[in-house]
Amino acid sequence: MISCPECEGAVVLAEPPHLNEIVACPECAGELEVVGVDPVALAPAPEVEEDWGE
Amino acid sequence: MSGPVPGGPVVVLASRVRAEEKRIIAALRARGADCVHVDTRTLAGAPAASDRSLVLNREIGQARAAYAGSLLEARGAVVVNSAAATEVCGDKWRTALALGQAGLPVPRTHLALTPEAALAALDELGYPAVVKPLVGSWGRLVTRVADRAMAAAVLEHVAALPSPRAHIVLAQELVAGGRSVRVVVVGGEALGATWHRSEQWRANVARGASARALALRPDHAKLAARAADATGAEIAGVDLIEDAAGRTRVLEVNHGVEFTGFQDATGIDVAARIADHLIARTVRDA
Repeated sequence: MISCPECEGAVVLAEPPHLNEIVACPECAGELEVVGVDPVALAPAPEVEEDWGE
Repeated sequence: MSGPVPGGPVVVLASRVRAEEKRIIAALRARGADCVHVDTRTLAGAPAASDRSLVLNREIGQARAAYAGSLLEARGAVVVNSAAATEVCGDKWRTALALGQAGLPVPRTHLALTPEAALAALDELGYPAVVKPLVGSWGRLVTRVADRAMAAAVLEHVAALPSPRAHIVLAQELVAGGRSVRVVVVGGEALGATWHRSEQWRANVARGASARALALRPDHAKLAARAADATGAEIAGVDLIEDAAGRTRVLEVNHGVEFTGFQDATGIDVAARIADHLIARTVRDA
């Protein structure tokens, strides 16, 4: 378990977390990116850009 | 010597690791492949000839995907899908052109170099019609214009967008009355099909449409495989659209196919098929 960098809510990650994986905070619903795995670190995920897609 | 190293690492290039990327990485590792994930945002380099990696380009941003593919190919890597395919599939005009030149059925499509010219193109196509940006996915900014007044208003908004590229407009006939079908193609083979059920006219899964399994018809399989081939895409999500009379046209070829909904609906393990294709390429191209 790790704290959400936005709201300090408790985020539970799949084991093992994957670098650049996107997870949602269950408390604030913010999208978070796994930016480190050893130790685990979260940061707000980048905003969706205009040319994102399939 | 060129081509990927036999049994060498398979690089999965992605700045955003979604369910699809995790499934592909797991499938590669389950097959004993040395799979490395690289964050596209960390890439920088110059042309060289020393890189013999096999790279699966899963970058979510079109501009980054195209340039990352170009850079890695210039460094000697084999990139799937190729940079050229990424360029074609990521541009709706170039896609329509490639499909049309291959003799495949596509909706009547006009390219307009200004929003003003787009109005004339739409008049020629007839209403209702569709206005699309050149680049974009998930149905973003795709607008159904019911009549000339609505088209003029939409194009006024288009003209106000800051990017010069946004002022180049794709005008397309509206194909309606039938189903929107997705066929996933890997290595030239159509794996299966879904159709998209939506409460609104844009039947993109990213817009809340649900994917439902559909028996793969031979004509859909052939059309999708030919469409992927026409754009140079080895791995593709091909969107087909039927009209009220059941005639099918090719709408899009998606080079970075999102397949979670497809996989859940059909039970087809797309990640496994992608992994098998990549591993076969490390042998074939070595």
